[in-house]
Amino acid sequence: MAKSKSAYSDPGKKGKLDTHIIVVWVDNEAGVLARVVGLFSGRGYNIESLAVAEVDPKRGISRITIVTTGTPQVIEQIKLQLGKLVPVHKVADFMRGDKKIIFKEMALLKLVGNTSKRNKALKVCKKFNPVVLDKTQKSVVLQITALRREIDIVMGDLKKFGLVSVSRTGAVAMTRGSEIFK
Amino acid sequence: MSKLYTGAEIVFKCMEDQKVEFIFGYPGGAVLPIYDELKNHDSIKHILARHEQGAGHAAEGYARSCGKPGVVLVTSGPGATNVVTALTDAYMDSIPLVCISGQVPTHLIGTDAFQECDTTGITRPCTKHNWLVKDVKELAKTIHKAFEVATTGRPGPVLVDIPKDIQFQKAKYTNFKKQKKLNGKSNNRFSQKDIDKLIEMMSKAKQPIFYTGGGVINSGPRASEQLRELVSITGFPITSTLQGLGSFPGDDNQFLGMLGMHGTYEANNAMHDCDLMINIGARFDDRITGKIDEFSPKSKKVHIDIDPSSINKNVKVNLPIVGDVSEVISLLIKTIKKHKPNFLKSNKENISKWWEQIGKWRSVNSLNFINSDKTIKPQFAIQRLYELTKNKDTFITTEVGQHQMWAAQHYKFDKPNRWMTSGGLGTMGYGLPAAVGVQIAHPNKLVVDIAGEASVLMTMQEMSTAVQYNLPIKIFILNNEYMGMVRQWQELLHEKNYSESYTAALPDFVKLAEAYGCVGIRAKTPDELDQKIQEMIDVKKPVIFDCLVDKEENCFPMIPSGKPHNQMLLGPNDQKENKITGKGKTLV
Ligand SMILES: Cc1ncc(C[n+]2csc(CCOP(=O)(O)OP(=O)(O)O)c2C)c(N)n1
Ligand SMILES: [Mg+2]
Repeated sequence: MAKSKSAYSDPGKKGKLDTHIIVVWVDNEAGVLARVVGLFSGRGYNIESLAVAEVDPKRGISRITIVTTGTPQVIEQIKLQLGKLVPVHKVADFMRGDKKIIFKEMALLKLVGNTSKRNKALKVCKKFNPVVLDKTQKSVVLQITALRREIDIVMGDLKKFGLVSVSRTGAVAMTRGSEIFK
Repeated sequence: MSKLYTGAEIVFKCMEDQKVEFIFGYPGGAVLPIYDELKNHDSIKHILARHEQGAGHAAEGYARSCGKPGVVLVTSGPGATNVVTALTDAYMDSIPLVCISGQVPTHLIGTDAFQECDTTGITRPCTKHNWLVKDVKELAKTIHKAFEVATTGRPGPVLVDIPKDIQFQKAKYTNFKKQKKLNGKSNNRFSQKDIDKLIEMMSKAKQPIFYTGGGVINSGPRASEQLRELVSITGFPITSTLQGLGSFPGDDNQFLGMLGMHGTYEANNAMHDCDLMINIGARFDDRITGKIDEFSPKSKKVHIDIDPSSINKNVKVNLPIVGDVSEVISLLIKTIKKHKPNFLKSNKENISKWWEQIGKWRSVNSLNFINSDKTIKPQFAIQRLYELTKNKDTFITTEVGQHQMWAAQHYKFDKPNRWMTSGGLGTMGYGLPAAVGVQIAHPNKLVVDIAGEASVLMTMQEMSTAVQYNLPIKIFILNNEYMGMVRQWQELLHEKNYSESYTAALPDFVKLAEAYGCVGIRAKTPDELDQKIQEMIDVKKPVIFDCLVDKEENCFPMIPSGKPHNQMLLGPNDQKENKITGKGKTLV
């Protein structure tokens, strides 16, 4: 595309990108996820992962955890724009790597192969609380919980041990200690 | 046992409790129960538009000119999709609208039923919030909530989608009393500390400026009065965005005119060179800032806005103040009077050099144009319209294009809510239906749509609405036979390739007026202009005024590119412009 000659199409300088975890408490009503996700897509924000479920059935509150990247200005906008949505109660935000926060993702891994391969696979997963959910003569389904990049590594390592299928959740987050999200 | 009401009755009960007087709408299958109920509610008058977009813009015009939310009623499917432009327009310009749409019966939703569309899905990005009502017991609560959301915080449009079966079903209704303090998602988070900080910055400033926007108007007429007081007790210069015009008198000496892409030389230069910028209810829109990196490089910036997400969105500021404009200014004035009663005097010297500089910029006379005694110059036409209508309390709407910018530059407003223009979305076809809505709200006032011949054809059918309800709106067309603003950009940026910007086969607007049952007037030369305008004003019927203007006039000043924001392209009268040669000219 030819460069526009108008002053008004100059995008200006780009800031540095950070990864943030945004936690949103919303009324669990029809269309609420579409509103949150639509805000991200409509304004060109990025979603790396998303996890959502009702956490307070009595009050009908769902908790949405979104991992996103953006400049500090964009992250600020995301929080403020989310805060304006009618069904949103509160918004919390953390840098990935914040020591006060626990982040976890879960993955289900299916491995097909002989016993020796499967045992080696189990060893690879040892650090990530592996649980055997299903077992046959030829196969095993493992559940692990870890950080996103740890799961990425495990997946790479398991290739040679017969990894045939992976299902992963988005990250969820919780504060350490007695504190809760404000 | 308390009485049961149908969903359709509940819709009207809610409207009555919300003191709604007018509904702008268009019937259809999915809203027939509501239309059936209309006859039982005398306090509510329905205005039948000729297109749902027209109904939406009319409701916008109504809302902007009288400060109450506009109410729109449309059917499902095409009725709902037709209103989307108006909802988006209202969303961009922060206009409170409550749109009720019919929907196919609940058991048919999701089956691709006749005239079904995903209305809440389609309108989600262009409303503050929307609801699909699936239980008649929720209906009243939802409608009242809709009014609350539309009118509190930063105002905007909302939509309530009501399936047809819900309109028939019955539920109880308990009368609704508007709470005095609706908090909703509105924000007043500022404190005395913020105000003290601001005053400290103000007393240090040597080159201050107020940059005000539509937020002042949205805050209510009192905010405009307070703004006048604030400007007068500080002695600071003030400029306004397109949407803010009227919140400060356009002919006051402290007013530098509109800023931005087609703003005045003095306003844009002052914004660029200032050392303190106080933004009141404006949003650093790209038509104002131009190239962000070079926007007002030397200034400290203060931003007063009710919407926290508007602050630091485009431009980083030093002092954010989240609050309603009127409440912030009122505390500001109170504090100045208490702690700095001599602010004006002590400050005068501080900023006297600044005013001198502004005087120099002013002397460039950037809105000047070369007049003609043969053809009507569009700027001249607006000046004459202004002179002949300024003694009446005139309401102006516009379409979108050059005529809109000339109107903003040459028509001087001295009261809020008198200027209705589509700024954020820039919707051609806005002005005519908006004028319908304004005239509904102010039946005895002069309402003029300053129009372009291309824009006005987009919603021309609303003339029929004006005739039906005896609304004597005046459609003042600056007819240059071109999509002038497009032609101007093509001239300056696309090597004069006038691709598809000329409208051949335009209708005869005088005959068209007659066909609609209103009055057509045509002015061809400057010397007959005054008399024709007077004739238009005197007619007590809707008028289409076909003002044949210079076809090639461009709108100046205009911000060129590749240059800092303080170097504007001025009109043909300017000496300096001749220096922008060769490459510079194509860089515009
Ligand atoms: C609905 C819509 N379509 C297209 C545009 C792009 N556009 C902006 S100004 C303009 C030309 C307007 O022409 P006219 O109404 O004759 O006004 P003039 O500029 O000649 O005064 C166009 C096509 C728009 N703003 N809105
Ligand atoms: Mg035109």
